[in-house]
Amino acid sequence: MSRSLTVLRTGPQALIQDLGRPGNAHLGVPPSGALDVPALTLANRLVGNPESAAGIEALLGRIQLRANGSCTVAVTGPTVPVSVNDHLADSHAPVHLHEGDVLGLGAPVGGLRCYIAVSGGIDVPPQLSSRATDILSGIGPDPLRADDVLPLGEPRDLPVGVDVLSPSKAPDQLVVPVLLGPREDWFDDPAGQLAAGRWTVSQQSNRVGLRLDGDALGRAAAFASRELPSEGVVTGSVQVPANGRPVLFLADHPVTGGYPVIGVVTAETLPLLAQARPGTPVRLHPLR
Amino acid sequence: MLVELDSLAQVEALHGALLVADLPDVVELVPAATTVLIAVRPGSDGLAQARAVVEAADLSHPPDRTPRRVRLPISYDGPDLELVAETAGLSVDEVVALHSGAEYTVAFCGFAPGFGYLVGLPEPLQQARLENPRTKVPAGSVGIAGEFTGAYPRSSPGGWRLIGSTTAILFDAKRSDPALLAPGDHVRFEVAG
Repeated sequence: MSRSLTVLRTGPQALIQDLGRPGNAHLGVPPSGALDVPALTLANRLVGNPESAAGIEALLGRIQLRANGSCTVAVTGPTVPVSVNDHLADSHAPVHLHEGDVLGLGAPVGGLRCYIAVSGGIDVPPQLSSRATDILSGIGPDPLRADDVLPLGEPRDLPVGVDVLSPSKAPDQLVVPVLLGPREDWFDDPAGQLAAGRWTVSQQSNRVGLRLDGDALGRAAAFASRELPSEGVVTGSVQVPANGRPVLFLADHPVTGGYPVIGVVTAETLPLLAQARPGTPVRLHPLR
Repeated sequence: MLVELDSLAQVEALHGALLVADLPDVVELVPAATTVLIAVRPGSDGLAQARAVVEAADLSHPPDRTPRRVRLPISYDGPDLELVAETAGLSVDEVVALHSGAEYTVAFCGFAPGFGYLVGLPEPLQQARLENPRTKVPAGSVGIAGEFTGAYPRSSPGGWRLIGSTTAILFDAKRSDPALLAPGDHVRFEVAG
């Protein structure tokens, strides 16, 4: 029998994710893929997979999986309690499961998104060359539910031995470097407004975008009631909708937007955004 | 890099030039109404290469490419057909003849996977959006709005005036070529028999 995993239960959201399907924005298709990319690629390396293999992105942990066949798993992301058949196991290390073993995650300590890689990768059929679930456009597999059976691919390489790896950081306060543009001229003193603003991560945040509560960014008089014809946007764009409160676009963002983008978050910061819990204080640090 | 242009024709010309250049480090190339977004592989010199293509591009002529030709079957059975005819001062038959007689070009995609904004709409059919958008437009609905016409790939909210419907599957992620329409394609609507 081919190897698989059975989902016994999930937390608030558990999705299959890989490195997504960039290159299709001209067709209206978002990039999608893991929000905390370094966490997924680390998990894959730990179990001997190519970095691009599909794993599970478990929002707030609390997922249980049963191994139907022998496999190696690794749990990465924030610090999180891991168990195998109710015995404590390590996160950020390869863990071997025998047929029938049950892997369980508790709730992460800080942070939001845990990643689980399995030797061979999750082998559901790809759509546009990716197995990622895109919650905006509905492309890719459905969110995981209890009793789902996930087929596994053939393992390629051996799991790697490691000493100590550090969990993803879940900062108490986010300071986000933002490269100004392309539409910073739509705002009065854009750098000053960004630097002075105080925000917190909104409850409304999801894989489409990190929404911020707090100060509203004011438009320059010449652009006060101007409408922007929809234009392409990238992951990390800081879009400012009519209410003035910035939205930081994440992997499932719409490919075009009709509100001005005041700046773009530097790529290194995206994994931190993936782990920022609602309520986390946010500062935006403008760069020219 | 976001390149701002003066017209859709310029967008088409620059987008075409970038397609012909086929730069290996360009990850996304997204034409829109007055812009072309060029996203490159981080750490590559794709931006410099793209800049060279942008600066050398002849914005007055799109480069010669053989466009894909797509035919969409249509039934002119939309709920706003009479409103459109009335606004244009035409009969319903004349609206049908105008809309099905024109050849369109996919200017850009967006809004939803597979939603193409088609230009080439005859002037009498260039009409405002509905004052009250519908909360649910069925998949396959064909509408008009401003200078654009297009078909909804799936059920969604929408404010376009609906004149018909197509049975074509505009987007299916399981197909090897998921989107029926891509920027630059030429499109005709053919009245379904």
